[in-house]
Amino acid sequence: MAVAEIIPPSRFEALGKLFMKRGFGSPVSVAISVLVFAVLGWIAWSFLDWAVFRAVWRKENVENCGHGGACWAVIDARHRLILFGTYPFDQHWRSTLAALAIVVTVVLSCVPAMWAARRLAVLWIAGFASYYLLMEGSLLGLQQVTTDGWGGLSLTLFLFAAVVLLGMPMGLGLALMRRSQMPVVKWFAVIIIDTIRSLPLVTTLFTAAIVVPLFLPSWLDGDKIWRVIFGFALFFACYQAEVFRGGFQAIPRGQFEAGKALGLGYWSILGRIVLPQVFRHALPSTINMVVVTFKETAIVTIIGFFDILASGKTAFGTADWAPYYIEVYLCVAAIYWVFIFSLGQYGEYLKGRMALAER
Amino acid sequence: MTAAEQLRARARYRRLGIQAVLVIVTALAVWGAVTNAQYNLTRLNMTSGFAFLDRGTGWNYSFSLVERSINDPYSYTLFIGLLNTLFVGFICIITTTIFGFLIGTLRDARHPALNFAASVYVQIFRNIPLILQAIFLYAILIHLGGPRQAVSFGDVAFLSGRGVMLPGLNVTPTVAVAILLASLGLGIGLILARTTLWRGLAIWFGGSVAMALFAALVLRPEGEGILSIPVLQGLRFSGGISVPIELFALITSITLYGSAYVAEIVRGGLAQVPRGLVEAGQALGLSRVSIWSRIKVPMALRSIIPPLGNQWIFMMKATTIGIAIGFSDLFYITVNAISQSGQTLELILLLMLTFLAINYSIAIFTNWLNARLKLKEH
Repeated sequence: MAVAEIIPPSRFEALGKLFMKRGFGSPVSVAISVLVFAVLGWIAWSFLDWAVFRAVWRKENVENCGHGGACWAVIDARHRLILFGTYPFDQHWRSTLAALAIVVTVVLSCVPAMWAARRLAVLWIAGFASYYLLMEGSLLGLQQVTTDGWGGLSLTLFLFAAVVLLGMPMGLGLALMRRSQMPVVKWFAVIIIDTIRSLPLVTTLFTAAIVVPLFLPSWLDGDKIWRVIFGFALFFACYQAEVFRGGFQAIPRGQFEAGKALGLGYWSILGRIVLPQVFRHALPSTINMVVVTFKETAIVTIIGFFDILASGKTAFGTADWAPYYIEVYLCVAAIYWVFIFSLGQYGEYLKGRMALAER
Repeated sequence: MTAAEQLRARARYRRLGIQAVLVIVTALAVWGAVTNAQYNLTRLNMTSGFAFLDRGTGWNYSFSLVERSINDPYSYTLFIGLLNTLFVGFICIITTTIFGFLIGTLRDARHPALNFAASVYVQIFRNIPLILQAIFLYAILIHLGGPRQAVSFGDVAFLSGRGVMLPGLNVTPTVAVAILLASLGLGIGLILARTTLWRGLAIWFGGSVAMALFAALVLRPEGEGILSIPVLQGLRFSGGISVPIELFALITSITLYGSAYVAEIVRGGLAQVPRGLVEAGQALGLSRVSIWSRIKVPMALRSIIPPLGNQWIFMMKATTIGIAIGFSDLFYITVNAISQSGQTLELILLLMLTFLAINYSIAIFTNWLNARLKLKEH
């Protein structure tokens, strides 16, 4: 008797079957499916109709705007303002390269080959330094542009990179202090972490920008942007410390004791046994924190920085472009969305991969 | 002394040394900050202290739940800011929790269309900064035009660039606040009485509606109906409840953003309910709704409540973006007070203490809720 060949259905086929069964299995499901897809389809169609089919794309055709379609001409005309703020026009290539440096840094950190504390540190410092050198310019012999001249998407990326770079070691420090057996050290960390975490970010930033100068002697004042970055990094560090704490909790006591039994000191146990595992456990939550930080950089617009939100507002700030605020906001939202969504999806993917490894 | 004892003693001294250094450095930093602040304040000719709280402010702001005037002292104005923050925060906590549960349940649903729609919602609203959503929504709303061009919803509710007009009970604001407080009291009483979830909700809802109707029936102005419905008269609406556009935009954007987060929390909680429990429910012949409300949700709540509590705290903090669209929350009032009075340190201190107090209260409440819901093992 010939054995009938049984071919397992492909994944795609199986999903299709499941979809048909669950979505169209009973009259009620069919009704729900039709209704939901009709509404979604209608929304998608109206949006496409407005944003693509009836849209005006080039700034030369701006007189055609306002006839029921999107006016992307405003983006065509003002995209440099949105991306680079008030940075000198002929120097925009520097701003572009600098922003790319940050993006490349973030993308490279997503590659597993880079996941060693030293490599990541070198990568981030290098990325951040190239940003700063390019944007500031005087050290490379280019025209000097001080931080007040920075703006738009470049400034948002700068704040993000600076906060993560500065906040990560601060967070690790706070987490270690919180685990300390010395009561004074521990409570110092606990008070800082819990206080900053219960305050809204904008309060912390406002304090850093406006209130802290009152406490400092004039020679320590520094630039407003650096105070705000420090305040933001403190905020990041306090949340990240809790993420690290979760990572520490996942490590069995036996590992510390094994290290001690071998005669290793505190820093050797930490650096060679515990921290590598902590980082791995904390990775998905850390990515989550990084995503949240990118999103929260939008807050700095409240305390008067010219980030992408503020530069977007300026882009439709003239009488000619004022009616097309929706297009500008959509464009800014899309930029944020692409960054945040892709980082978030990457985090989800890692979480899934690590859950698989744990099994 | 043996070598081991010597080592131990040295380690102890080192620990003491480190802690002493930390204390001394902190003390020096605080001392330095205080002297500098004193020096800077005298240089700017400013007096410190809380005497300014009794002075009149002399400036106006967008929204208040209670009577106010520009001659109110700073203390009262700050109190109004606190009320506004709590008001928006509580409304957002309630709406976000309800929407979040709804969308989270859909995310967990087996039906592909519902699942897909919920995923689209979550991915759009979770991945755009809240402040951008708020400013965007506010910009759209203020461009809607005056009351004459208002969008009408069945001629009882209207949306225009000036605000949202809703039909409401024909009572004074004081009575409305009293009704709200009574409803809140009833809710707390029911929680303390440990009624089951659905019965408790039914009693609470029915009781609140009855109270409101009764109050409106007894306390309405002579010869007018129970309901007050907004009517366009000339250039403005009269009657009904008027919700300022800033308040509406703030609540809507926080709700849209927050419920995407809550939905993910709820989905995670529902996904953690063991399959066996659901299958046991199916074996007993329970309906889908019963399985959801009597097995899945009660089991999931235990893993939902702790992150949900964090989300509630986040909502309270998120009200501070009101400043970006001109809603007079506590942060807005504080910033205005700082720029008008110059009493920076005092006002920031008050602001921080208030937020600490609010967030600790929420944390205590969630811990209590969590302890109450904990699986009771026999």
